[in-house]
Amino acid sequence: MGNHKSKSGSSLLIKGGHLIDPAARIDAPMDILLKDGRVAEVAAPNQIKGADEKFDARGLIVAPGFIDLHVHLREPGQVYKETIATGTAAAAAGGFTSVCIMPNTAPVVDSPEWVHWLREPERGAQVSVFPIAAATLASKGAILTDFRALQRAGAIAVTDDGKPILDDDIMREALTRGAELNLPIVQHAEDVRMTENCAMHAGAKSFRLGLRGMTAAAEASVVERDVHLAMQIAKSRYHVAHLSTADALKAVRRGKRANARVTCEVTPHHFSLTDEDVGDYDTNYKMNPPLRSASDLEAILAALADGTVDAIATDHAPHAAHDKEIEFERAAFGITGLETALALAITKLHREKRMPLARVVELFTAGPARCFDLRGRGSLGRGCHADVTIFDPKKKWIFERAKSLSKSRNTPFDGWKLTGRVVATIVSGKIVYPA
Amino acid sequence: MNPARGSLLGIEHLDTAEILKILKFARRMNPDKPRPLLKGKRVVLLFYEASTRTRSSFEIAAKVMGAHTVLIQSAGSSIEKGESLLDTGYTLRAVGADIIVIRHPNAGAPLVMAQHIDVPVINAGDGLHEHPSQALLDAYTILRNKKSFKGLQVSIVGDIFHSRVARSACHLLGKFGVKVILCGPPELVPDIAATIAPGVRVTRHLEDALRGTDVIMLLRVQKERLAGMQIDLPDYISRYQMTTARLKMAKKDAIVLHPGPIIRGLELTSEIADGAQTRILDEVHNGVPTRMAILARAVGRMR
Ligand SMILES: [Zn+2]
Repeated sequence: MGNHKSKSGSSLLIKGGHLIDPAARIDAPMDILLKDGRVAEVAAPNQIKGADEKFDARGLIVAPGFIDLHVHLREPGQVYKETIATGTAAAAAGGFTSVCIMPNTAPVVDSPEWVHWLREPERGAQVSVFPIAAATLASKGAILTDFRALQRAGAIAVTDDGKPILDDDIMREALTRGAELNLPIVQHAEDVRMTENCAMHAGAKSFRLGLRGMTAAAEASVVERDVHLAMQIAKSRYHVAHLSTADALKAVRRGKRANARVTCEVTPHHFSLTDEDVGDYDTNYKMNPPLRSASDLEAILAALADGTVDAIATDHAPHAAHDKEIEFERAAFGITGLETALALAITKLHREKRMPLARVVELFTAGPARCFDLRGRGSLGRGCHADVTIFDPKKKWIFERAKSLSKSRNTPFDGWKLTGRVVATIVSGKIVYPA
Repeated sequence: MNPARGSLLGIEHLDTAEILKILKFARRMNPDKPRPLLKGKRVVLLFYEASTRTRSSFEIAAKVMGAHTVLIQSAGSSIEKGESLLDTGYTLRAVGADIIVIRHPNAGAPLVMAQHIDVPVINAGDGLHEHPSQALLDAYTILRNKKSFKGLQVSIVGDIFHSRVARSACHLLGKFGVKVILCGPPELVPDIAATIAPGVRVTRHLEDALRGTDVIMLLRVQKERLAGMQIDLPDYISRYQMTTARLKMAKKDAIVLHPGPIIRGLELTSEIADGAQTRILDEVHNGVPTRMAILARAVGRMR
């Protein structure tokens, strides 16, 4: 499904690096030969001879190409915020070789035609693009889309992201039809009846700022209902997008313990920041779900470590300055995230919380690949797609949003001192970053 | 960009010395004796929300000090046509505004304006956030009736959640070590309200709030809001309405404040509204010298 084809016959040898491939249980020095867009060989150092090109990976971690399950690229319709070309360039800079893109565009991607359109070469994607289609027509929550036709066209999951699938009957029917097709239903868990006019998390900070707050219950109640349904409907697949609360994690654990096919993702900002960081109405800290309490953040850190969380996903949500430089309550929700995700994971999870690098890599590779069944990705076994992310886990750097490859600048991480930086991103055997 | 010197965006980030300076200067201001500290200055009153007392109070204060005032209200202006807050700000700066007094339905809007426009911005009430000039005039009124803030207890009764007056009052009184008691049902006074400033606590019982208190601040209860929150109005009245009998639980010399407009028969009885301990009209009166001080401070003339 990738959009890139390497020249037939060309081969690339990645030499001298330390391979972390959690799906293959490898965490050792290894050389890797990429050929014809696939992994041709993985062997101990200096065993592989003869390649058209070599990449010197000494001192670096070599990992399967990162997969981002949750990206807004704003095409069609909002190209002033981002395009597939600019968004995927930012993805490549952040080490992502595959991005799953959200359907809440203008128009909403609710037809096979739009799914095809997203995957056309004319879009100029720098990495592999996997459309997630709308679960209901125009994401209005009322009438289910044609899952089978969308899946045939290339959709890997369905969601009404930006909004929840709220109606009990619609959700039950979506999970049932998804089960027949082995198609994950991705939920933006927010009971919008409880969050009207809310701009941030409900807590001491929102009270102080005079902002109406979204309660943790508005998220958790939806996840609880959905997990309950997923446990009832055989073979159904349910994925919680950008999970942000301790109570929602409890529901996910319950589902996993019951062997329901329940998965979830967490964003870098939800494991790095809390509601107190909103400061004095800084709209670069306004997103949905909102930054939560310190105890929610603690629960997320524990769940990332213990395996409850399956993937780190950015919820990259670019917005133009005029969408953000306005009254906090009227400002758009969302921040960019593709270029800071790995560094935040290394800085906040690996260095501060001692999470093993192999687990960090798993959350960007094998974990997300399993959530949406991305075959031949998220691992570097022989025959897998030649998607590779090479990074320096010790490199200290300062993120400057002015240098971002995204069209938008709405990030709270400008000027942050981070550790861990992408050195090269390879898609289908071709180096796409640095360009 | 940092807000221009002289801006007044809230009480939270003001220190006690600055507050006392404003109050001291206000005491020297007399609305009946013109002081041309703002002579030739343009004061823009930018009101995105209807207001009678705050707007007229600022307007009189500005005029007494010799300023030209320009009133811009959302109805009939470019605001109504969808102009952004910042574009309005740039326009006002371009026409030579020396001070922008802004009231806005969204919390934090005056700060957005102040961060982008190098003109002093005065918050005349922003959403549920702050209403600093009201807190200052209430402090002024309290100090006209009490020797100092030392050892005082102030009880605020009513819809705290929706009240920018309450938030500003908590910040101001908390800075001076005043004991603040917030009183009302959980829907209007969430427990989390106690975290807003040091020395603030929450109670559900009016007797608890009134016993031995020096100042009672009543807040307006909006019927439509109560309906939306499914609060029983008769029940609210029976539990929280200020009556002559209840006022006796407070200290003998306790005073009653209310930012207005009042609703007789709801948060207070007519006897209380017109009673000897009530200072509601004093508050209105004290609004002008307080706002004169705030405007003088905005142009660096509070000396
Ligand atoms: Zn979402």
